[in-house]
Formats: sequence, C-alpha cells, structure tokens
Amino acid sequence: MTLNRRVFIGSAAAATAVLSAPMVRAAGRPKVVVIGGGAGGATAARYIAKDSDGAIDVTLIEPTRTYYTCFFSNLYLGGFREFASLGHTYGKLAAEYGINVVHDWAVGVDRDAKTVALASGSSVPYDRLVISPGIDFVDGAIPGWDLSTQNKMPHAYKAGSQTQLLKAQIEAMPQGGVFAMIAPPNPFRCPPGPYERVSMVAHYLKANNPTAKILIADPKDKFSKQGLFEDGWTRHYSGMIERLGPDFGGNKVEVRPDTMELVIDGEATKVDVCNVIPAQKAGRIAELAGVTNDAGWAPVSGFGMVSKMDENIHVLGDASAQGDMPKSGFSANSQAKVCAMSVRGALTGSKVFPPKFANTCWSLIDTDDGIKVGASYEATDEKIASTGGFVSQNGEDAATRKATYEESIGWYAGISADIFG
Amino acid sequence: MLGLIAPVLLLAGLAGPVAADSPELGENIWKKCRACHDIGPDAIRKVGPPLNDLLGRVAGTFPDYIYSKAMIDAGEEGLVWTPETLDVFLERPKNLVQSTKMSFAGLRKQADRDNLIAFLAVYSSDDQTVRDKHLRSADPQLPAEVLAIEGDRDYGEYLAGTCVGCHQQSGEDKGIPSITGWPSETFMTVMFSYRSKFRENPVMQQVAGSLNNEEIAALAAFFQELEAAD
Repeated sequence: MTLNRRVFIGSAAAATAVLSAPMVRAAGRPKVVVIGGGAGGATAARYIAKDSDGAIDVTLIEPTRTYYTCFFSNLYLGGFREFASLGHTYGKLAAEYGINVVHDWAVGVDRDAKTVALASGSSVPYDRLVISPGIDFVDGAIPGWDLSTQNKMPHAYKAGSQTQLLKAQIEAMPQGGVFAMIAPPNPFRCPPGPYERVSMVAHYLKANNPTAKILIADPKDKFSKQGLFEDGWTRHYSGMIERLGPDFGGNKVEVRPDTMELVIDGEATKVDVCNVIPAQKAGRIAELAGVTNDAGWAPVSGFGMVSKMDENIHVLGDASAQGDMPKSGFSANSQAKVCAMSVRGALTGSKVFPPKFANTCWSLIDTDDGIKVGASYEATDEKIASTGGFVSQNGEDAATRKATYEESIGWYAGISADIFG
Repeated sequence: MLGLIAPVLLLAGLAGPVAADSPELGENIWKKCRACHDIGPDAIRKVGPPLNDLLGRVAGTFPDYIYSKAMIDAGEEGLVWTPETLDVFLERPKNLVQSTKMSFAGLRKQADRDNLIAFLAVYSSDDQTVRDKHLRSADPQLPAEVLAIEGDRDYGEYLAGTCVGCHQQSGEDKGIPSITGWPSETFMTVMFSYRSKFRENPVMQQVAGSLNNEEIAALAAFFQELEAAD
C-alpha cells in the first residue's frame, strides 16, 4: 500500500489543528475560572494568581460584592461580634493579584466547549474550572418549608441577610418564648455549627430573656463535640436547652410557617423563632455542571480536588465529596491550596508536591469558654483520609478555654487575610 | 500528662546511634516517675514537686511544695541536685536522705540512672543561656544533624499554606503569634517541641505531628526568608 502524500499531509494538519485548539483559544495565557468567592474559591483564585506570577489568567465569579462568612456568624448572634466584621470585599484580589472579579451568577457550564454561562448572558471560557459554590438545601427536606418561607423561618446557614433576620427574630422573642432549631442530617456544612449556634442563642437569652427555652429537633443520634457542648450547656444554661434526637421524633418533623408551629412526631408546638437548617447538597451550579452524584455532592480525588466526572474541573469545600474532612471554611481553604498547586502544575508545569490537608473547628459555648476539634489529612487513592486528630477535653481549666477562644479570633483574622488578601 | 513516647522515636530515628546517656531512653524510665512528678511547660505539683530546672536546685526548695523535714534539712546542709548527687539518690533514695517521703525503691541499673538524669537535664536550664526569645527552657536541643538538614524552600512555600491560614504571612499578630523571619534553627526547634509534645497547643501538636524532618526544615527555610514582624 502506498501512502498518499496529500492525504497524509491533510490528516496531519487536521490533527495538529485539533490538538492545538485549546492553546489557540487560550491566546497565550491559560485561563482558570473560579465559581464562588468563599473560603474555597477566593483562596484558590488568590493562590493560583499569586504563585503563577501572572502566567495564568484568573477569573473569579461571585454574585455578591460583600461576602459574609458563615464561620463566626454564630458569634454575631451571641453578641460577640459586629455584623460588619463578617463582611469581606474583593478589592485586593482584583487590585493586588490581577484577578478578574466578575459579580454575576454562574448559571451553566458547557463542559465540551469549556465555557461558563453567566446570568448576564455572557460566557467565559476556561482551560480549568474550579467550582466552589458551597451548599444548597435539599428540596422538600422539611415538609412545610421551602425557600419561599425562609423569611418566616430562616435557615441563616448562608451568612448575610438571613443571619441578621435570625438575630432580629431572637431579639423580638417574648419573655419566656421558645427558640426552636431543626438541625440537619449528615453530611452538612460546619458539623459543630448548629450546636455553637444554640450556645450563642442561649448566651443572648440568658442575659435578655432568661425564662426563654430552646428546643432542638435533631435527626442525628450524635453530633460533633457533643460531650463538650452538653457539658457546657449544663454549666452555663442549665434547664434552658432541650434536644430531641431521633428517639424522640427529632427525625420526624414538619413546620407550619403561617402559624409558627413546629410539628415533631405528629405533635405541634407553637414557637416564637424557628431556625430551619434543612438537609444539604452541593451548590446548584455543581449539579448544573453535571459533576454531582446521586447524593447531591461532587465526588473528587484528593490529588488536586479534581472532579471524578471531568478532569478539567476541580470542586472545593462544602460542595465536594472528598472523604474524611468536615465541611468547613478551614477545610475549603486547605483544599484550595492543594487545588491551586494542581492547577498550576497542569497549566504551567510547576512542581506538584504530595497533598496535605488540615482542619480545625473552634466553637464558643459562652464567654471565654472556647473548644476545638481538628485533624490532619492526606490524599489516598480512595479518599482524603484522616491521619490523626485532637479534641478539647471536658474539665479543662478556664485559662485553657479562654486561650482557645482567643486563638479562634486570631484564626479568623488569619484565614480572612489568606482568603481575601 | 506529657506524651513522651513520640519524641523518643522521632529524635532517636534521626540522631543516629543513641549515645551512652540518652534522654530518649531516659524518657522511658520517666514513666516510673510521672505518677508523682510533672515536668515540662506548665508542670504542676503532684504528689511530688515539679522537676523542671532540677539540676542546680538546692534540695527541698521548690516553692510551695511541702517537703519532708529530712529533705529540707538535707538542702540546708548543702545538698544540691547534680548528676552525681542524683545518681546516688536515684539508686536508693533512702540511702541519701533517710526519711524522705519519696516512696520509690530506686533504679538499680547504672544505665537507667544515667539515662534518666540525661532526660531530666533536658528540662534544666541550669547551664543554658536563653537561646532565642522565641524558645522556652523546655524546648529540646536538636542534634546538629537535624539542624543541618537543608530545607527545600519551594516545598516549604507550599507546606506553609497550612500555617498561614492562622499565622499571617504579613507577620501581623492578631491573636496568633507571628512566625515570619524566624531563624531556621528556632523554627525547627519549636516545631520539634510541638511534635514531641513538649509544648502544649493541640493544634500545633497536630500540625507538627503531620510533618517529617525534611518538611519542617522546608518550612523553616521558607519562613526564615519572610520579613520579621516588629
């Protein structure tokens, strides 16, 4: 068989054109698009821009101009922090790191064309896409509740106006009223979060409404730092807090927002505030991008936080299903650095070191009574796996608890600077 | 209360053959003592007095500890704890101070006594000058071979991602100490101190415990280059 020279040249040229297409569209600099400007996304954007010295074009898509952190928002509810102290803007990421910050909603991902569609109608091309959208709520998780009733019964599990609303409702409670919380099933954002929130609400009520009660309906048998929280509740808020676990119908709840009733196992209770924290799933855009599983989370490999559905997509933080790490701002920030290293390695050939992850979750029970839980992690073929951890102990002296709280304040300042520049 | 197993493995694994008087082996012997004695940062009075800075201490003089009359008398008669006097005391306490209330039969083996004394010496600042303002008397003296590890600065920069989530890269201290611009030796010593649980903070013990010697050296190389805080 003789080789037809013209055909050979033709197919070679075609093959070259196909192979070089991504480079042509990248116009010299590879493009990274990051969806979500929280602890995961903003950190990833900053680290990719910072460490690539301008070799990578980074676009950060985040709808809000001021981002309010969910972490530490409970301290605002307790009166330990000003609301404004939770807010962060993107000026430094744009000015000092050259990141294109686009305040818009990402409404779709075309994985074949490698573009992200924005609500404004434009589309942004990427070579690598980082999705870090946080959580959304599972539809119908709590009968009687949906997003249209969130102003009657706030979730306050995405910080911002919801957090302010919940605080206003707590402050408006009648003397001796009832604050109810529906806690979420696993897995969910910030495992100690609901219980720190109960502590902070109790702190406020003890000073301002000491005959008020707190009722928790909880579908879980146990929860993070349970022994520490329960010990703290006994010491600080004796008789104020009642938790109904699944044994007592905590897993069979519905709400009636119009009449402010919480129904537990068929029995209706009139409440004054009802904080509904529904079951959760990855932020909607992860689902739209087609990178979520049946459980609603986005499975990733710990080696670079790469989606198991698409090797050009990374998913960070709460939205990802990665293994042992809790869904927390600290975890998202930690994962973002591994992701940034992996993205740079893929696009610029920079060195990729073995991934290491860490997490610590601090919680405040009452004034100067802080506790913490934390661990280190590494990537395995199966998942991100814990390599050991620690947790505060009951009976620690007051100085230790105070130091733990003060450490958490230092951490907030540190991680804020690490995320937002 | 101190986890004293880890440092044995970590330090011994690195420092090559263990010398005759080994604080690492002494740490094992220390298990016999720690039911009644505490040592290290924040050591407290237990049944017996804390044993920080023991070498050079006049017998029976730890503040606020109630000693036997025999021990106070011995101190007044000039008994000072040195490797030599401790060697005699530890072999059979009642041989040196007949009516001491320390109810311990003694360590018959010379090597056990030597190693325990070497261990106690780690916690005695008697002949140490203050090495660095960031260091504490309980921090270990790292072997020269460890300090000589050349850290990979770029690897350190990556690993530092874990540190700068709390310790600000700008060096600013808003409740968590600044670690920028520390001399490499200081950085390594402090990290070893946490890894060996000589220092208490569980977050730092966890972080340090997840790092090997090369990784600690890499971090030290990176942070050394950053501008120190005021």
